[in-house]
Amino acid sequence: MVGMEVAGRTSAPLTARQAGLVGCQRCARVWPMGTVRCGRCGSRLVSRDRNSLQRVWAWWIAGVICYIPANLYPMLRTRTLFQSQEDTIIAGAIELFTHGAPFVAIIVLIASVAIPLAKFAAIAVLALGVRQGSRIPAGRRHIVYEIVEYIGRWSMIDVFVVAILSSLVQLNVVASINPGPASLAFALSVIFTMLSAQSFDSRMIWDHIEPDQKGPAA
Amino acid sequence: MHTLDTSDLSKLIACPSCDALYSEVRPGHGRRAVCERCHTVLISPRRNAGLQVIALSTAAVILVIGATIFPFLQINVAGMSNSATVLDAAMAFAGGPLLALSLAVTALIVLLPLIRLLLILYVLTPIVFDRPPARRAKRAFRMAEQLKPWSMAEIFALGCAVSLIKVADLARIEFGPAFWMFLGLVVIIVVQDAFICRWSVWKSLEERRRP
Ligand SMILES: [Zn+2]
Ligand SMILES: [Zn+2]
Repeated sequence: MVGMEVAGRTSAPLTARQAGLVGCQRCARVWPMGTVRCGRCGSRLVSRDRNSLQRVWAWWIAGVICYIPANLYPMLRTRTLFQSQEDTIIAGAIELFTHGAPFVAIIVLIASVAIPLAKFAAIAVLALGVRQGSRIPAGRRHIVYEIVEYIGRWSMIDVFVVAILSSLVQLNVVASINPGPASLAFALSVIFTMLSAQSFDSRMIWDHIEPDQKGPAA
Repeated sequence: MHTLDTSDLSKLIACPSCDALYSEVRPGHGRRAVCERCHTVLISPRRNAGLQVIALSTAAVILVIGATIFPFLQINVAGMSNSATVLDAAMAFAGGPLLALSLAVTALIVLLPLIRLLLILYVLTPIVFDRPPARRAKRAFRMAEQLKPWSMAEIFALGCAVSLIKVADLARIEFGPAFWMFLGLVVIIVVQDAFICRWSVWKSLEERRRP
Protein backbone atom coordinates (compact mmCIF):
# COMPACT_ATOMS: atom_id res chain seq x y z
CA MET A 1 0.00 0.00 0.00
CA VAL A 2 1.26 3.46 -0.81
CA GLY A 3 -0.24 6.54 0.71
CA MET A 4 -1.17 9.37 -1.58
CA GLU A 5 1.49 11.53 0.03
CA VAL A 6 2.75 13.21 -3.06
CA ALA A 7 2.50 16.95 -2.96
CA GLY A 8 4.96 17.58 -0.15
CA ARG A 9 2.24 17.95 2.42
CA THR A 10 2.74 17.14 6.06
CA SER A 11 -0.53 18.33 7.58
CA ALA A 12 -4.28 17.88 7.10
CA PRO A 13 -5.00 17.53 3.39
CA LEU A 14 -6.54 20.32 1.40
CA THR A 15 -10.00 19.43 0.20
CA ALA A 16 -11.29 19.96 -3.30
CA ARG A 17 -13.88 22.33 -1.85
CA GLN A 18 -11.25 24.49 -0.13
CA ALA A 19 -9.32 24.66 -3.39
CA GLY A 20 -12.41 26.01 -5.13
CA LEU A 21 -12.95 22.74 -6.97
CA VAL A 22 -15.60 20.08 -7.00
CA GLY A 23 -14.68 16.39 -6.94
CA CYS A 24 -16.70 13.71 -8.71
CA GLN A 25 -17.94 11.10 -6.25
CA ARG A 26 -18.11 8.44 -8.94
CA CYS A 27 -14.74 8.73 -10.70
CA ALA A 28 -12.72 11.12 -8.48
CA ARG A 29 -12.03 13.60 -11.30
CA VAL A 30 -11.79 17.26 -10.25
CA TRP A 31 -13.60 20.20 -11.90
CA PRO A 32 -13.91 23.95 -11.26
CA MET A 33 -16.56 24.78 -8.67
CA GLY A 34 -19.94 25.23 -10.34
CA THR A 35 -19.47 22.57 -13.00
CA VAL A 36 -22.76 20.69 -13.29
CA ARG A 37 -21.75 17.38 -14.82
CA CYS A 38 -18.52 15.40 -14.71
CA GLY A 39 -16.91 15.45 -18.16
CA ARG A 40 -15.29 12.08 -17.57
CA CYS A 41 -18.12 9.87 -16.26
CA GLY A 42 -21.21 12.04 -16.72
CA SER A 43 -22.28 12.03 -13.05
CA ARG A 44 -23.98 15.05 -11.54
CA LEU A 45 -21.52 17.08 -9.48
CA VAL A 46 -22.24 18.60 -6.07
CA SER A 47 -19.56 19.95 -3.79
CA ARG A 48 -21.71 19.15 -0.74
CA ASP A 49 -25.17 17.77 -1.15
CA ARG A 50 -27.29 20.21 0.88
CA ASN A 51 -30.44 18.09 0.62
CA SER A 52 -28.50 15.03 1.65
CA LEU A 53 -29.56 15.11 5.31
CA GLN A 54 -33.23 15.60 4.46
CA ARG A 55 -33.17 12.49 2.30
CA VAL A 56 -31.23 10.57 4.96
CA TRP A 57 -33.90 11.36 7.57
CA ALA A 58 -36.82 10.69 5.22
CA TRP A 59 -35.56 7.18 4.38
CA TRP A 60 -34.52 6.66 8.00
CA ILE A 61 -38.05 7.37 9.26
CA ALA A 62 -39.55 5.10 6.58
CA GLY A 63 -37.13 2.35 7.64
CA VAL A 64 -38.00 2.68 11.33
CA ILE A 65 -41.73 2.71 10.62
CA CYS A 66 -41.48 -0.50 8.58
CA TYR A 67 -39.36 -2.13 11.26
CA ILE A 68 -42.24 -1.99 13.76
CA PRO A 69 -44.71 -4.26 11.86
CA ALA A 70 -41.73 -6.42 10.92
CA ASN A 71 -41.51 -7.35 14.59
CA LEU A 72 -45.22 -7.43 15.42
CA TYR A 73 -46.41 -9.70 12.62
CA PRO A 74 -45.32 -13.27 11.90
CA MET A 75 -42.36 -13.81 9.61
CA LEU A 76 -43.21 -17.47 8.95
CA ARG A 77 -46.30 -19.66 9.21
CA THR A 78 -45.24 -23.23 9.88
CA ARG A 79 -47.69 -26.10 9.60
CA THR A 80 -46.83 -29.72 10.40
CA LEU A 81 -49.01 -32.79 10.88
CA PHE A 82 -49.61 -32.05 14.53
CA GLN A 83 -49.60 -28.33 14.85
CA SER A 84 -49.43 -25.03 13.10
CA GLN A 85 -47.80 -21.90 14.40
CA GLU A 86 -46.92 -18.37 13.44
CA ASP A 87 -43.60 -16.97 14.52
CA THR A 88 -42.52 -13.40 14.86
CA ILE A 89 -38.77 -12.78 14.77
CA ILE A 90 -38.43 -12.59 18.54
CA ALA A 91 -40.85 -15.44 19.26
CA GLY A 92 -38.86 -17.60 16.85
CA ALA A 93 -35.64 -16.81 18.70
CA ILE A 94 -37.22 -17.56 22.09
CA GLU A 95 -38.40 -20.90 20.77
CA LEU A 96 -34.92 -21.75 19.56
CA PHE A 97 -33.72 -21.01 23.10
CA THR A 98 -36.24 -23.34 24.71
CA HIS A 99 -35.52 -26.04 22.13
CA GLY A 100 -31.93 -26.13 23.23
CA ALA A 101 -30.34 -24.15 20.42
CA PRO A 102 -29.27 -21.02 22.31
CA PHE A 103 -26.35 -20.41 19.96
CA VAL A 104 -28.56 -20.23 16.86
CA ALA A 105 -31.04 -18.11 18.83
CA ILE A 106 -28.33 -15.58 19.64
CA ILE A 107 -27.26 -15.41 15.98
CA VAL A 108 -30.88 -14.79 14.93
CA LEU A 109 -31.25 -12.06 17.55
CA ILE A 110 -28.02 -10.36 16.49
CA ALA A 111 -28.80 -10.54 12.76
CA SER A 112 -32.49 -9.58 12.87
CA VAL A 113 -32.74 -7.35 15.93
CA ALA A 114 -29.40 -5.99 17.11
CA ILE A 115 -27.94 -5.14 13.69
CA PRO A 116 -31.04 -3.33 12.33
CA LEU A 117 -31.33 -1.29 15.55
CA ALA A 118 -27.59 -0.53 15.51
CA LYS A 119 -27.91 0.66 11.91
CA PHE A 120 -30.71 3.08 12.82
CA ALA A 121 -28.66 4.40 15.72
CA ALA A 122 -25.46 4.72 13.67
CA ILE A 123 -27.13 6.64 10.83
CA ALA A 124 -28.79 8.97 13.35
CA VAL A 125 -25.45 9.62 15.08
CA LEU A 126 -23.79 10.38 11.72
CA ALA A 127 -26.54 12.73 10.55
CA LEU A 128 -26.74 14.55 13.89
CA GLY A 129 -22.94 14.83 13.98
CA VAL A 130 -22.94 16.75 10.71
CA ARG A 131 -25.60 19.19 11.84
CA GLN A 132 -24.45 19.76 15.42
CA GLY A 133 -20.82 18.72 15.46
CA SER A 134 -19.69 15.62 17.26
CA ARG A 135 -17.22 14.68 19.95
CA ILE A 136 -16.49 11.45 18.10
CA PRO A 137 -13.42 11.95 15.87
CA ALA A 138 -14.16 12.18 12.13
CA GLY A 139 -11.98 9.16 11.37
CA ARG A 140 -14.02 7.00 13.69
CA ARG A 141 -17.33 8.30 12.33
CA HIS A 142 -16.13 7.50 8.83
CA ILE A 143 -15.43 3.91 9.87
CA VAL A 144 -18.97 3.71 11.30
CA TYR A 145 -20.31 4.99 7.98
CA GLU A 146 -18.38 2.35 6.03
CA ILE A 147 -19.57 -0.44 8.33
CA VAL A 148 -23.21 0.67 7.94
CA GLU A 149 -22.80 0.83 4.15
CA TYR A 150 -21.22 -2.62 4.10
CA ILE A 151 -23.54 -4.42 6.51
CA GLY A 152 -26.82 -2.89 5.29
CA ARG A 153 -27.42 -5.23 2.39
CA TRP A 154 -26.62 -8.37 4.39
CA SER A 155 -29.80 -7.87 6.44
CA MET A 156 -31.74 -9.07 3.38
CA ILE A 157 -30.63 -12.56 4.36
CA ASP A 158 -33.68 -12.87 6.65
CA VAL A 159 -36.01 -12.24 3.73
CA PHE A 160 -34.13 -14.73 1.54
CA VAL A 161 -34.34 -17.39 4.25
CA VAL A 162 -38.13 -16.91 4.38
CA ALA A 163 -38.27 -17.24 0.58
CA ILE A 164 -36.09 -20.36 0.59
CA LEU A 165 -38.01 -22.10 3.38
CA SER A 166 -41.39 -21.23 1.87
CA SER A 167 -40.46 -22.65 -1.52
CA LEU A 168 -38.66 -25.68 -0.16
CA VAL A 169 -40.95 -26.86 2.62
CA GLN A 170 -44.13 -27.57 0.66
CA LEU A 171 -44.90 -31.19 1.47
CA ASN A 172 -48.67 -31.39 1.36
CA VAL A 173 -49.98 -32.57 4.72
CA VAL A 174 -46.62 -33.41 6.27
CA ALA A 175 -45.19 -29.94 6.58
CA SER A 176 -45.46 -26.57 4.94
CA ILE A 177 -43.96 -23.16 5.57
CA ASN A 178 -45.44 -19.96 4.20
CA PRO A 179 -44.28 -16.36 4.41
CA GLY A 180 -45.98 -13.98 6.83
CA PRO A 181 -46.64 -10.27 6.35
CA ALA A 182 -43.58 -9.34 8.43
CA SER A 183 -41.33 -10.51 5.60
CA LEU A 184 -42.52 -7.67 3.37
CA ALA A 185 -42.20 -5.11 6.17
CA PHE A 186 -38.72 -6.36 7.01
CA ALA A 187 -37.59 -6.22 3.35
CA LEU A 188 -38.87 -2.65 3.03
CA SER A 189 -37.16 -1.67 6.26
CA VAL A 190 -33.81 -3.03 4.99
CA ILE A 191 -34.20 -1.32 1.60
CA PHE A 192 -35.17 2.04 3.15
CA THR A 193 -32.24 1.85 5.57
CA MET A 194 -29.87 1.16 2.66
CA LEU A 195 -31.28 4.17 0.80
CA SER A 196 -30.87 6.27 3.94
CA ALA A 197 -27.19 5.34 4.25
CA GLN A 198 -26.62 5.88 0.52
CA SER A 199 -28.13 9.36 0.73
CA PHE A 200 -25.57 10.41 3.30
CA ASP A 201 -22.76 12.54 1.84
CA SER A 202 -19.78 11.18 3.80
CA ARG A 203 -17.63 14.21 2.85
CA MET A 204 -19.65 16.23 5.37
CA ILE A 205 -18.19 14.16 8.21
CA TRP A 206 -14.84 15.83 7.57
CA ASP A 207 -16.00 19.37 6.89
CA HIS A 208 -15.87 20.94 10.33
CA ILE A 209 -12.52 19.65 11.39
CA GLU A 210 -9.95 21.10 9.02
CA PRO A 211 -9.56 24.70 10.16
CA ASP A 212 -8.73 24.30 13.86
CA GLN A 213 -7.49 20.76 14.15
CA LYS A 214 -4.26 20.77 12.22
CA GLY A 215 -2.45 24.07 12.10
CA PRO A 216 -2.79 26.71 9.44
CA ALA A 217 -4.18 25.41 6.20
CA ALA A 218 -2.96 26.91 2.96
CA MET B 1 2.28 24.95 2.57
CA HIS B 2 0.11 23.14 0.07
CA THR B 3 2.20 22.84 -3.03
CA LEU B 4 -0.59 21.18 -4.96
CA ASP B 5 -0.44 22.32 -8.56
CA THR B 6 -3.98 23.18 -9.58
CA SER B 7 -3.16 24.41 -13.07
CA ASP B 8 -4.02 21.07 -14.71
CA LEU B 9 -7.17 19.65 -13.15
CA SER B 10 -6.81 16.35 -14.99
CA LYS B 11 -3.72 15.62 -12.89
CA LEU B 12 -5.66 15.89 -9.61
CA ILE B 13 -7.80 13.38 -7.80
CA ALA B 14 -10.34 14.07 -5.06
CA CYS B 15 -11.20 11.32 -2.58
CA PRO B 16 -14.88 10.45 -3.26
CA SER B 17 -15.45 9.67 0.42
CA CYS B 18 -13.85 12.66 2.16
CA ASP B 19 -12.97 15.19 -0.58
CA ALA B 20 -9.23 15.27 0.21
CA LEU B 21 -7.32 16.51 -2.82
CA TYR B 22 -4.22 14.79 -4.19
CA SER B 23 -2.14 15.01 -7.27
CA GLU B 24 -2.51 11.88 -9.22
CA VAL B 25 0.28 9.32 -8.97
CA ARG B 26 -0.19 5.93 -10.54
CA PRO B 27 1.08 3.28 -8.11
CA GLY B 28 2.94 0.27 -9.50
CA HIS B 29 1.03 -2.84 -10.52
CA GLY B 30 -0.36 -4.71 -7.54
CA ARG B 31 0.04 -1.70 -5.24
CA ARG B 32 -2.68 0.64 -4.11
CA ALA B 33 -3.02 4.36 -3.62
CA VAL B 34 -5.04 5.00 -0.49
CA CYS B 35 -6.52 8.22 0.86
CA GLU B 36 -4.35 9.03 3.84
CA ARG B 37 -7.24 10.56 5.73
CA CYS B 38 -10.14 8.09 5.35
CA HIS B 39 -8.23 5.13 3.84
CA THR B 40 -10.53 4.75 0.84
CA VAL B 41 -8.72 2.94 -1.98
CA LEU B 42 -8.30 5.46 -4.78
CA ILE B 43 -6.25 3.61 -7.38
CA SER B 44 -5.40 -0.11 -7.47
CA PRO B 45 -4.00 -1.16 -10.83
CA ARG B 46 -3.18 -4.81 -11.49
CA ARG B 47 -1.39 -6.40 -14.39
CA ASN B 48 -3.89 -7.96 -16.83
CA ALA B 49 -6.72 -7.01 -14.50
CA GLY B 50 -9.03 -6.28 -17.45
CA LEU B 51 -8.61 -9.72 -18.95
CA GLN B 52 -9.05 -11.40 -15.57
CA VAL B 53 -12.20 -9.41 -14.83
CA ILE B 54 -13.63 -10.36 -18.23
CA ALA B 55 -12.90 -14.05 -17.60
CA LEU B 56 -14.40 -13.91 -14.09
CA SER B 57 -17.48 -12.01 -15.25
CA THR B 58 -18.12 -14.50 -18.05
CA ALA B 59 -17.84 -17.38 -15.59
CA ALA B 60 -20.19 -15.55 -13.21
CA VAL B 61 -22.80 -15.02 -15.95
CA ILE B 62 -22.79 -18.76 -16.68
CA LEU B 63 -23.07 -19.57 -12.97
CA VAL B 64 -25.98 -17.15 -12.41
CA ILE B 65 -27.91 -18.73 -15.28
CA GLY B 66 -27.06 -22.26 -14.12
CA ALA B 67 -27.94 -21.43 -10.53
CA THR B 68 -31.34 -20.23 -11.70
CA ILE B 69 -32.18 -23.39 -13.62
CA PHE B 70 -30.99 -26.15 -11.26
CA PRO B 71 -32.45 -26.82 -7.79
CA PHE B 72 -30.33 -25.49 -4.92
CA LEU B 73 -31.76 -27.52 -2.04
CA GLN B 74 -33.69 -30.74 -1.77
CA ILE B 75 -35.74 -31.78 1.23
CA ASN B 76 -36.71 -35.27 2.35
CA VAL B 77 -39.30 -35.92 5.04
CA ALA B 78 -41.09 -39.17 5.71
CA GLY B 79 -40.58 -40.44 2.19
CA MET B 80 -41.71 -37.18 0.58
CA SER B 81 -39.33 -34.93 -1.19
CA ASN B 82 -39.30 -31.51 -2.75
CA SER B 83 -36.60 -29.48 -4.41
CA ALA B 84 -36.48 -25.76 -4.97
CA THR B 85 -34.89 -23.62 -7.66
CA VAL B 86 -34.14 -19.93 -7.28
CA LEU B 87 -37.24 -19.09 -9.25
CA ASP B 88 -39.31 -21.22 -6.86
CA ALA B 89 -37.85 -19.24 -3.99
CA ALA B 90 -38.65 -15.95 -5.67
CA MET B 91 -42.18 -17.10 -6.42
CA ALA B 92 -42.72 -18.13 -2.80
CA PHE B 93 -44.31 -14.75 -2.22
CA ALA B 94 -46.39 -14.77 -5.40
CA GLY B 95 -50.09 -14.41 -4.88
CA GLY B 96 -51.59 -11.81 -2.59
CA PRO B 97 -49.95 -8.70 -1.24
CA LEU B 98 -46.51 -10.28 -1.09
CA LEU B 99 -46.22 -10.42 -4.90
CA ALA B 100 -44.09 -7.28 -4.85
CA LEU B 101 -41.64 -9.13 -2.68
CA SER B 102 -41.45 -11.92 -5.29
CA LEU B 103 -40.43 -9.42 -7.93
CA ALA B 104 -37.92 -7.77 -5.60
CA VAL B 105 -36.31 -11.08 -4.66
CA THR B 106 -36.04 -12.12 -8.33
CA ALA B 107 -34.42 -8.80 -9.15
CA LEU B 108 -31.99 -8.86 -6.23
CA ILE B 109 -30.70 -12.41 -6.66
CA VAL B 110 -30.90 -12.97 -10.43
CA LEU B 111 -31.71 -9.98 -12.63
CA LEU B 112 -29.58 -7.24 -11.11
CA PRO B 113 -26.44 -9.39 -10.67
CA LEU B 114 -26.85 -10.55 -14.29
CA ILE B 115 -27.36 -7.03 -15.66
CA ARG B 116 -24.38 -5.76 -13.70
CA LEU B 117 -22.10 -8.51 -15.01
CA LEU B 118 -23.21 -7.94 -18.61
CA LEU B 119 -22.66 -4.19 -18.29
CA ILE B 120 -19.13 -4.77 -16.97
CA LEU B 121 -18.40 -7.10 -19.89
CA TYR B 122 -19.84 -4.57 -22.34
CA VAL B 123 -17.61 -1.80 -21.01
CA LEU B 124 -14.38 -3.69 -20.41
CA THR B 125 -14.14 -5.91 -23.48
CA PRO B 126 -13.42 -3.12 -26.00
CA ILE B 127 -10.96 -1.46 -23.61
CA VAL B 128 -9.00 -4.63 -22.98
CA PHE B 129 -8.75 -5.45 -26.68
CA ASP B 130 -7.63 -1.92 -27.53
CA ARG B 131 -10.79 -1.01 -29.36
CA PRO B 132 -12.56 2.34 -29.05
CA PRO B 133 -15.02 2.33 -26.09
CA ALA B 134 -18.45 0.83 -26.67
CA ARG B 135 -21.42 3.07 -27.41
CA ARG B 136 -22.63 4.74 -24.20
CA ALA B 137 -19.91 2.96 -22.27
CA LYS B 138 -19.77 5.66 -19.58
CA ARG B 139 -23.45 5.37 -18.87
CA ALA B 140 -23.19 1.59 -18.79
CA PHE B 141 -20.32 1.62 -16.29
CA ARG B 142 -22.07 4.21 -14.14
CA MET B 143 -25.10 1.94 -14.03
CA ALA B 144 -22.97 -1.09 -13.17
CA GLU B 145 -21.56 0.88 -10.23
CA GLN B 146 -24.98 1.95 -9.03
CA LEU B 147 -26.23 -1.64 -9.14
CA LYS B 148 -23.40 -2.90 -6.96
CA PRO B 149 -25.13 -2.71 -3.55
CA TRP B 150 -28.33 -4.14 -5.02
CA SER B 151 -26.97 -7.30 -6.57
CA MET B 152 -27.26 -9.80 -3.76
CA ALA B 153 -26.51 -13.23 -5.24
CA GLU B 154 -23.84 -13.86 -2.62
CA ILE B 155 -26.20 -13.00 0.22
CA PHE B 156 -28.67 -15.54 -1.13
CA ALA B 157 -25.94 -18.20 -0.96
CA LEU B 158 -25.50 -17.56 2.74
CA GLY B 159 -29.30 -17.64 3.08
CA CYS B 160 -29.24 -21.25 1.79
CA ALA B 161 -26.84 -22.23 4.54
CA VAL B 162 -28.95 -20.54 7.23
CA SER B 163 -32.13 -22.23 5.94
CA LEU B 164 -30.38 -25.55 6.17
CA ILE B 165 -29.70 -25.02 9.87
CA LYS B 166 -33.25 -23.87 10.53
CA VAL B 167 -35.00 -26.97 9.20
CA ALA B 168 -32.29 -29.43 10.15
CA ASP B 169 -34.44 -30.98 12.88
CA LEU B 170 -37.56 -30.98 10.73
CA ALA B 171 -36.19 -32.72 7.69
CA ARG B 172 -33.19 -34.06 5.87
CA ILE B 173 -31.77 -31.62 3.37
CA GLU B 174 -29.43 -32.13 0.46
CA PHE B 175 -27.60 -29.54 -1.56
CA GLY B 176 -28.52 -29.34 -5.24
CA PRO B 177 -26.11 -28.33 -8.02
CA ALA B 178 -27.25 -24.72 -7.88
CA PHE B 179 -26.04 -24.40 -4.31
CA TRP B 180 -22.46 -25.12 -5.37
CA MET B 181 -22.87 -22.69 -8.27
CA PHE B 182 -23.95 -19.98 -5.87
CA LEU B 183 -20.97 -20.77 -3.67
CA GLY B 184 -18.66 -20.42 -6.68
CA LEU B 185 -20.43 -17.19 -7.52
CA VAL B 186 -19.68 -15.77 -4.07
CA VAL B 187 -15.95 -16.38 -4.55
CA ILE B 188 -15.90 -15.06 -8.13
CA ILE B 189 -17.83 -11.89 -7.28
CA VAL B 190 -15.52 -11.10 -4.35
CA VAL B 191 -12.36 -11.65 -6.44
CA GLN B 192 -13.74 -9.78 -9.46
CA ASP B 193 -14.65 -6.86 -7.26
CA ALA B 194 -11.14 -6.70 -5.83
CA PHE B 195 -9.60 -6.82 -9.33
CA ILE B 196 -11.57 -3.95 -10.88
CA CYS B 197 -9.79 -0.62 -10.48
CA ARG B 198 -12.62 1.80 -11.06
CA TRP B 199 -10.32 4.74 -11.51
CA SER B 200 -8.36 2.96 -14.27
CA VAL B 201 -11.59 2.12 -16.11
CA TRP B 202 -12.76 5.74 -16.03
CA LYS B 203 -9.32 6.93 -17.06
CA SER B 204 -9.24 4.71 -20.13
CA LEU B 205 -12.80 5.65 -21.05
CA GLU B 206 -11.69 9.28 -20.90
CA GLU B 207 -8.50 8.79 -22.87
CA ARG B 208 -9.92 6.65 -25.62
CA ARG B 209 -12.80 8.46 -27.14
CA ARG B 210 -14.98 7.05 -29.88
CA PRO B 211 -13.70 8.18 -33.28
ZN1 LIG C 1 -16.90 11.65 -12.71
ZN1 LIG D 1 -10.57 10.16 1.75
